[in-house]
Parts: sequence; structure tokens; C-alpha cells
Amino acid sequence: MSSVLYDAQGPKAKRRNIVISVVFVAVLAAVLWWMYGALDEKGQLAWDLWKPFFHGEAWSTYLWPGLQNTLKAAALAMIIALPLGAVLGIARLSDHAWVRGVAGVVVEFFRSIPVLVLMIFGLALFSEYTNVSTDDRPLYAVVTGLVLYNASVLAEIVRAGILSLPRGQAEAASAIGLRKNQTMRFILLPQAVTAMLPAIVSQLVVIVKDTALGGAVLTFPDLMAAVGPMSAYYGANTLASFTVVALIFIVINFSLTSFASWLERRLRQGKKSTGAVVTADAVEELSTPGEHVEGKK
Amino acid sequence: MFDFLEGYNLWEAFWTTVQLTVLSAVGSLIWGTLLAAMRVGPVPLMRGFGTAYVNIVRNIPLTVIILFTSLGLNQTFEVTLGSDMTDTTNFRLAVLGLIAYTSAFVCEALRSGINTVPVGQAEAARALGLNFTQVLTLVVLPQAFRSVVGPLANVLIALTKNTTVAAAIGVAEAALLMKEMIENEAQLVLISAVFAFGFVCLTLPTGLILGWVSKKVAVKR
Repeated sequence: MSSVLYDAQGPKAKRRNIVISVVFVAVLAAVLWWMYGALDEKGQLAWDLWKPFFHGEAWSTYLWPGLQNTLKAAALAMIIALPLGAVLGIARLSDHAWVRGVAGVVVEFFRSIPVLVLMIFGLALFSEYTNVSTDDRPLYAVVTGLVLYNASVLAEIVRAGILSLPRGQAEAASAIGLRKNQTMRFILLPQAVTAMLPAIVSQLVVIVKDTALGGAVLTFPDLMAAVGPMSAYYGANTLASFTVVALIFIVINFSLTSFASWLERRLRQGKKSTGAVVTADAVEELSTPGEHVEGKK
Repeated sequence: MFDFLEGYNLWEAFWTTVQLTVLSAVGSLIWGTLLAAMRVGPVPLMRGFGTAYVNIVRNIPLTVIILFTSLGLNQTFEVTLGSDMTDTTNFRLAVLGLIAYTSAFVCEALRSGINTVPVGQAEAARALGLNFTQVLTLVVLPQAFRSVVGPLANVLIALTKNTTVAAAIGVAEAALLMKEMIENEAQLVLISAVFAFGFVCLTLPTGLILGWVSKKVAVKR
């Protein structure tokens, strides 16, 4: 095996690798041992602190309701943000300069502001100008913040999806006499939706992660917020609670990430499509103000 | 019109945001480069460690990581990072959390940069008799860094926005001040506009300038 950095290894390099491996394992083991010692000293390894997670009660009282709220907020945000993002994305490709301009300003503005700022704004908005009940306000605020931010990112995904299609698609459509509107609805959008699926799934990971902000700052009773009362109830098992919550997040997000890259691979191999794909990795670029993923070169 | 700003130190809050950003950026650049070096290196164990780190950390919400530094590291393990004041401790813990999180993204950006260097470059360098370290530092990394200015700028901007999460452990940065001001003053829209403007000022120019730089320095292939 050869890469940019090293050749297939000879006997000398192999020996050196073994030495480096041994040293690395030794350092890693030392760090782990030190962590184990620290944990043990603080009594964090006591079985009592971890036992609750192997019984139903911790799950039914704290984790499951929290997870439900997290998923509910994420799902709501996605469902509302998708059509909004599609409209904004298509508006950015409009032939009319003022439509393009307005959509551009909206997208760039919300991409450059932290989600937390939008959530705080949402919370104050609902408490001052609406009669949403105090219990519902955090959910509304979290969803508002997520929608405003993610709609603008999704708008860029839609835009990149449409731009990633071969030019011939739109040209052929106008050659057979379709209007702009028809070209978009019948030819471009259906293909773009397929092309941007990996990016959309990958954006879901961002949404799921951002819901945790609601739990930490806005008193939204999500999975993150479950840590506090849970560790208080089970005798200050802060570490155990964090570990379990983090594990749940990892499982959800890792499956989403894997699903996104599986989709991407599949779309690339597909023979029926035009080969246009907005990759899952592009999401990082699309969430940056001033950046655009350009169409096919 | 803007007299509600009196009594609040807006500059200091945004200065804290900038400090959080810069310190975390430097830290995650170092740790991220090390992780990237592990991930592309010839030692399978280190590659495994790098991959595991990136996949685990990228999938945990930053909020969980930052709150863990405060409730877990600080309150359970009494880690203070060498300061005796609560404010300073929280600031340093937030930087630690941001570094741990952001370096996973820095690592991925750098790794993709190393992958853009054609194999022939390194083969030619080895043919000249350069060893691994020389190939890495003289031939591959300079080209890799030039091609990842854009992706690293994206990470930097995401980091700027992510510093607001430090509000969750009470670091007195912009988002926390905004929350406090909205609770005390009856100027919701104006206050939000001021903070939104502040963040637009921090992120948009960075994106535009670094976008321009990245086009300028990218190795044309």
C-alpha cells in the first residue's frame, strides 16, 4: 500500500512502526490509567452511580422524555425549514435581480448569526408578543432558532443541488418549449432533490446537535437538560449521566452520518441519474456566510 | 434611540467572544494538525485513535462537551486549569471544550488537503532521497495548507459562532449579555439587531477575506 506520504514498508520501517506503536500504546495506557485513578479517587466508578442506566426507571423518567423532546424539536425544525429553504434557494436563482437580492440578503444574514442568538431572540419574541404558554415557549424558541438558521443553510443546499445539474438539462427543457417555471418544477427540482439528499441528511446531524443548546440555555426539557435532575436524583452521578447522554447523541448522529455517506456512494454509482451529488461534507461550506458551492466545472 | 446600551459593556462582551475564538482557533489548529498527522501516518494504531476521536467528538453536541467541562471536570474533578477565580476558570474550560470539539473539524479539513496533493509529488520527493519528515514538511504540507485555507476559514467562522455556547457555563460573552439585556430592557428588536450586527461584522468579513485569500494561494492543478 502506498499513499502520498509513505511507500510500502520495508523491514526497517516495519520495525520502526512497531516501536512507535508500542510507545503510543504505552502513553495511551498511562493516560487511561491516570484517568482511572482520578475516577476511582472521586468514587465515580461506584456501581451505584452507573446502575440506574441498566434499569427502566432512568430511561422512562429522564432519558426517554428528553430524547423525545430533542427529536421532536429536530423533526419540527426540519419539516418547517425544508420548504422555506427550498423557496429561498430557488429565489436566489431567480432571473429578477430584486428577488435574488432579497433572498441573498436573508440567507447571508441568518448564516452569519449563531443559532443561540436566534433562539434567545425567539424566546423573547414569544414571551412579549404572543400568548404561547410558558411551558411551550422554549420549544417554540428552539424551533424558531433552528428554522431560521437551517432554512438559510438548506437554501444553499437547494441552490447547490440545482447548480450541480448538467446545463443541458435546462437547455433541453427550454428546447422542447417548457417555461422557466415548468423547467424548475418538472426537470430541475426532482433531480436536485436526489442530488442533495446526502447533504440534507448530514444537515440533520447539525440540527440534532443544536437542539442541545435549548436544553442548556433556554430551559427546554430535552435530552441535554435531563442530565441535571437525573444526576441529582441518582446521587451526583454527573459523569455517568453525561456519558450516557453523549452515547445516545453519538449513536443517533453516527447513524445519520453513515446513512448520508451510504446515500452519497449509492447516488454516485447510480446509472440512471445525471451524476450530480451535493456531498455530505459540503454542509460545512454551505453554513458559512459568503461561501457558495459552485456548480459542475 | 440607543440609550438602552448604557450600563452594559458591549465591547467587553464582544472582546470576550473574540478572545474565545482566537485562543480556541490556535489550540485547535495545533491539536487538529497532530490528529491529522496521526490519521495519515503509517502507524495503524495511531490512525485508529485519530479516526475514533474524530468520529466520536464530531457527533457529540458542543453544548454537551462544554457543560461537561464545567459540571464534570470542574465540579466533580476540581480541575481549575490553574486559576483561582470562577470567571477565569469557566473561560479556560470553555476554551478547552472548544478546542476539543473544533480540532476534529480542523483534522478533517487538513486531511482532505493532504489528499489533494498528487502522489507524484511525494514520489518525486522520495526519488530525490528525502525521508518521511522531509517529504511531509517540505513538499506535502505546504501544498496541503495552501489548498485548505478555504475549509479552515469555514471552521474558523463556525468556531466564532460556536463560542456563544460558552454562555451555557456563564462565560460573559456576547450571547450571555444579549440574554441579560433582553431580560432587563424592553427593546427586544433593537437589542437583537445590535447583536446580530456584531456577529455579522465578525463572520461575514472573515468569510469574504479568507475566501479571497484561499483563491489567491490555492495551488492551481
